[in-house]
Amino acid sequence: MSENRVSYTLDSTLDTVNSAEATASEMATKAGFADEDVMKIAMAVREAAVNAVLHGNAYDPGKKVTLDFERTGDGLVITIRDQGKGIDLNAIPDPLAPENLLKTSGRGIFLIRSFMDEVEINPSQAGTEIKLIKHVHGSAVDGKEASQ
Amino acid sequence: MTMKSSTRQVDGVTIVDLSGRITLGEGSIILRDTVRDLIGKGNKKILLNLGDVNYIDSSGIGELVSAFTTVRNQGGELKLLNLTKKVHDLLQITKLYTVFDVKDDETAAVKSFNK
Repeated sequence: MSENRVSYTLDSTLDTVNSAEATASEMATKAGFADEDVMKIAMAVREAAVNAVLHGNAYDPGKKVTLDFERTGDGLVITIRDQGKGIDLNAIPDPLAPENLLKTSGRGIFLIRSFMDEVEINPSQAGTEIKLIKHVHGSAVDGKEASQ
Repeated sequence: MTMKSSTRQVDGVTIVDLSGRITLGEGSIILRDTVRDLIGKGNKKILLNLGDVNYIDSSGIGELVSAFTTVRNQGGELKLLNLTKKVHDLLQITKLYTVFDVKDDETAAVKSFNK
């Protein structure tokens, strides 16, 4: 496997979340991102990994999380897949709505979208795949999602 | 780096000095247990010193919100002190900065609690 691409499959544990965050930080640094962007990428990956482990696979030891990190010409593409039931995007409340501000959960995907340039979420009955893209020099949609 | 927590009393206010990461798992659990323990002992004026908290994720944010509402529901007050830039920015983008009473001076923060 090229050093520009790292893929691995891990158990549905908190160790996987920490490992995903650490790998994201390392890959983002190698890709040339500034420290603040490295932190944002690592945090977005951590949130996506938490969703995969906690909400997707529900800590099921029989289900795995697959992580794929690829350094492209102008940035980093990270894909995280779980084997859960598939997230219902319509069921995610707006965490910025006044009635939701004091909820104790529901901010993960919002933070992911805030920190990455492009976010694609593809749920299916076989699980959820989320693709996160960050360009080294930002983009016209810097700080916002391009799609979902 | 895991989270560490210690408490001290200043003029009737319990200051909780936190350091490390407030994230899903140990960090969030320590914060939750600390606040519950204080409430259980009747300490309802709580100042969370986050000056040495260098990282917080959405679970940690949720735990701060939970602590805030738990204390408020018991008739108490929970305020935040010394936010790092990372935590400050997170509270800004999640619109929680205006929900929490955020202080940057310990003495003034202690005085701000209802007597």
